[in-house]
Amino acid sequence: MSEMRIIDARDTFCPGPLMELISYMKRASVGDEFELLSTDKGSVNDIPEWIKKVGHEMLGSEQVEGVWHIKVRKAK
Amino acid sequence: MRILIVGGGTAGTIVANNLARRLGAETRAGKVRITLLSASDRHMYQPGLLYVAFGHMTPDQLYRDQASLLEPNIDFHVDPVTKFNLDKNQVLTAGGKTHDYDILVIATGSRMVPEETPGLTEGAEFFYTEASAVKMFKRLREFQGGKVVVAVGVPHKCPIAPVEVMFMLHDYFKARGIRDKVQLKYHYPIGRIHTIENVAIWAKPEFERIGVETETLFNIKEVDVKNNLLKSEEDTEVAYDLLIVIPQHRGMEVLETDNLGEGGWIPTDRFSLAMKGRDNVYVVGDTTNLPVSKTGSAAHFQAETLAENIASIVKIGAPVRDYDGKVYCFIEAGHDRATYAMFNYQNPPDLKPPSKPMHWFKLSYNQMYWTSVRGLL
Repeated sequence: MSEMRIIDARDTFCPGPLMELISYMKRASVGDEFELLSTDKGSVNDIPEWIKKVGHEMLGSEQVEGVWHIKVRKAK
Repeated sequence: MRILIVGGGTAGTIVANNLARRLGAETRAGKVRITLLSASDRHMYQPGLLYVAFGHMTPDQLYRDQASLLEPNIDFHVDPVTKFNLDKNQVLTAGGKTHDYDILVIATGSRMVPEETPGLTEGAEFFYTEASAVKMFKRLREFQGGKVVVAVGVPHKCPIAPVEVMFMLHDYFKARGIRDKVQLKYHYPIGRIHTIENVAIWAKPEFERIGVETETLFNIKEVDVKNNLLKSEEDTEVAYDLLIVIPQHRGMEVLETDNLGEGGWIPTDRFSLAMKGRDNVYVVGDTTNLPVSKTGSAAHFQAETLAENIASIVKIGAPVRDYDGKVYCFIEAGHDRATYAMFNYQNPPDLKPPSKPMHWFKLSYNQMYWTSVRGLL
């Protein structure tokens, strides 16, 4: 299993957390895992929505001290 | 103190000029040397490429001689860097020179890489280089009607461009009297029509008003050039008669070769703009990996902050302020109206209705840029 990498997308309005995640996922290899940090409450919905539609894998999400930690794996 | 700036775009030029002005006495006394290395002897006003693509500007209007923009106490060379040797505090250049430094600023920018997506170079039009913008204009002139598909690669420079191009297309075909023969369809990578929520909220009814169809959660996978089909990572596809793409970008190749950052984006502290793990290397403009728009405006505000800090390090031994994430982007809402988005790390943009005066301000800024890049505005 590859090491989980952190994407710090806190306090960003543009390009925004999901766009940041897509950038990293495009360059990643199948099986790579990421933990996205976001302060945008919308991330907890729009990231799973995209992950499901594109066919990657959600590993979990939790909010710690106002920051969402969203874990995903590249599946294809 | 040897300050070396690599990259002669918006960020590098503003850093160099701002430093040269702040450190005039020190450079005259020989205590500080400011060197700028660029890959080109010309400086392009990149936002003008959108106007070239629609025939509102010609390419020659986008350029100035780089040397003419620089303060006289800047040691300027057209000699691109081929190797960053950060452990030895030196860079090597294509001309075979070695430049040693005490402080290094990396501002090498970004480049479109449509060749990384199958079929995209052959099948799509772009406006992110002079040649591609001219080619797109010629395609638009020939176009007599059909379906125009616009799609967006990730990451990309100038995040407002996808929205602007839709308004420009509407007005262009309307002016030619063939708008009723043209179907405009817009595709965007995430679940709304722009990554900035307030821009998405503003643009949605505007797109409906001008008859732009939209599809979200669409990430470009490949182009089937033979059948004029654009396919997405989400396993959807759309047929087109004319395909216009905001292409995926990367940082400069030498940064990847030298393992300075994945994708050519250098890990950067979001406040100090220092390269992570290095005390004497700073990164500005598109080259950072910051979650900040890759746009001339962000480059401008980062460059001003960094120049003030480096000058302060020279004078008092410490930086004086943080970059707050500030970005100010004009948004052209057609050929005669514009608005803007201003935001930073903490405050989202509050969009105002588009107006003619704001469009005139944007047209003025197209000229004022040359004052701005000199570090005067």
